[in-house]
Amino acid sequence: MTMTDPGPSGRFGDFGGRFVPETLVPACLELEKAFTEAWADPSFRSELDRLQRDYSGRPSPLTDCPRLSEELGFTLVLKREDLNHTGSHKINNVLGQALLAKRMGKKRLVAETGAGQHGVATATAAALFGMECMVYMGEVDMARQELNVFRMKLLGAEVVPALSGSRTLKDAVNEAMRDWVATVEESHYCLGSVMGPHPYPFMVREFHRVIGSEAREQILARHGRDPDVVTACVGGGSNAVGIFSGFVDTDADLVGVEPAGGAAVGAGVPGVVHGMLSFLKQDEFGQVLEAESISAGLDYPGVGPEHSHLASIGRARYESVTDAEVIEAFQLLPRTEGIIPALECAHALAWMSRERAELAGKLVLMNLSGRGDKDVTQMMGVLEL
Amino acid sequence: MSGAGLADSLGKVRASGRKALVPYLTGGLGDDWLAPVAAAIDAGADAIEIGIPFSDPVMDGPIIQQANDMALEHGATPLSIADALRDFDAPVPLAVMTYYNIAFRMGHDRFANLLNTCGVAGAILPDIQMDESTAWIAAADSHNVENVLFAAPTSPDERLKRTGELARGFVYAVGLLGVTGERASLASSATRIAARAKQHTDLSVLVGVGIGSPEQAVEACSEADGVIIGSTVVRRLIDGQGPGAVGELIASYREALDAAYPGG
Repeated sequence: MTMTDPGPSGRFGDFGGRFVPETLVPACLELEKAFTEAWADPSFRSELDRLQRDYSGRPSPLTDCPRLSEELGFTLVLKREDLNHTGSHKINNVLGQALLAKRMGKKRLVAETGAGQHGVATATAAALFGMECMVYMGEVDMARQELNVFRMKLLGAEVVPALSGSRTLKDAVNEAMRDWVATVEESHYCLGSVMGPHPYPFMVREFHRVIGSEAREQILARHGRDPDVVTACVGGGSNAVGIFSGFVDTDADLVGVEPAGGAAVGAGVPGVVHGMLSFLKQDEFGQVLEAESISAGLDYPGVGPEHSHLASIGRARYESVTDAEVIEAFQLLPRTEGIIPALECAHALAWMSRERAELAGKLVLMNLSGRGDKDVTQMMGVLEL
Repeated sequence: MSGAGLADSLGKVRASGRKALVPYLTGGLGDDWLAPVAAAIDAGADAIEIGIPFSDPVMDGPIIQQANDMALEHGATPLSIADALRDFDAPVPLAVMTYYNIAFRMGHDRFANLLNTCGVAGAILPDIQMDESTAWIAAADSHNVENVLFAAPTSPDERLKRTGELARGFVYAVGLLGVTGERASLASSATRIAARAKQHTDLSVLVGVGIGSPEQAVEACSEADGVIIGSTVVRRLIDGQGPGAVGELIASYREALDAAYPGG
């Protein structure tokens, strides 16, 4: 069976685990127990369902793309996570974790963020639940995603620049973990992807499972069959895990698309950082390499352990696209369908556009995990319109 | 090369009624990084922690992060540090302090063998806790490398008990909730965790993280068998102070500890 409960070891095949300082082990164990109990508790589930419906706007629609489908030569359908409150799939996980943090009596949320979408979602949930919120963000990312920095501040969060290393997502995770080590008794680390120590990769997947479950029902109702291909962009890999979870037991090809400059599955080897054993871009001595991507949300040298597992057993495959291909693909959806995608999602679009011959005639489901409003300022410096 | 083990050497210090002083110095921090190591030994260190720099040191505060970055930029690798240690004559045991991916990438057996063949007695890997350590401890044991484990203020007694059973060399008691670095005063958690850890092990219990003055070291040793000092040492190296300054610093800790706990 794939994409089930990894059990107490937190292993997805050879990957995953709980590689954290001793200081954090009791907190991980407590979180695992709290999540297991909450997830089996109908009152927790119904409260989360209510929030997802009345606050976030779920279910998110499924959108056919007739004009782009005609241009590409296959039938493209989008799962519209970009239409969630705060503009991406990140809110699914954050509402779950914030509700859990409240149940655990935590008063403070700590988060890392790359593009700022997870930071905005966490700041939003903290405001909603009356919690303190501290978001760590690489200095480079703060500059290229200044709109989201302002949104987080407007929502009452404190945004702290990560000044070490590449000053991007990897370094923001380091800073968030250092904060958590110091404040573990009062803080919940609201990790934003299917990564980190157990139970995070499992728990975050379960909070995003709703993407795949809804999409499966929706596409069967609309198209009368499962898709031939399910695709999503992969940084840490939370939106991809969410949509894959709904189709892992079908015959659909599952395709994760990584940035060429941060292709952990495509170009990495197994390693241990940020609490997990997973594919990692690293040098011959185990030093973690800096990722390089136009997209702050995917600018990460690692990947969630379940993706490493899905890749190693051949159930999913991982392709990569260059920044130039992404910039080109970013413009496809706005002109043909009136939808501006996040730069992260433009990676999946770039792969489909490049591989249109291979996809000809197929039914392809893509998770549009976020909207591109946040990227407009950055792209104004790249595109001449 | 050095011959003595951590558990034996630190056990002797404890048996004498004195307290152990273990400074941390980042390996590869400049060409002549062994000079301050030698100075620390001459000034009375009972063992030395040698840092193998890592790109993402999550248990370290700003000073040791900066030292890691500087050493990496200078070209330090696990092999270059091991090569230097192989030719270094240390009268006290050495332990390497690094992060697990360095050992994982090289392979447990190769890494443990490398440490052993260059005279390193122990390994301290703060991001691999005992539940994930079984295979690594077996490899370390087979090459006579003592793998140190951590006791944290958050560890329940059940985990302290297993830490006591599985640790080799000594038990590293984390003095506070937080990363390495100097603090204005000693956290009350430092003596508390040292006392708790000692109930579960026959090994020496050394407090590290958050000790930044000889007075704090003396205070921590009211329960602990010794202290580890890192950032306060490394800060001087980053500031461009040489082996002499490191020797003076270590001597000041030695003097304070020996005055408070003369032994004999």
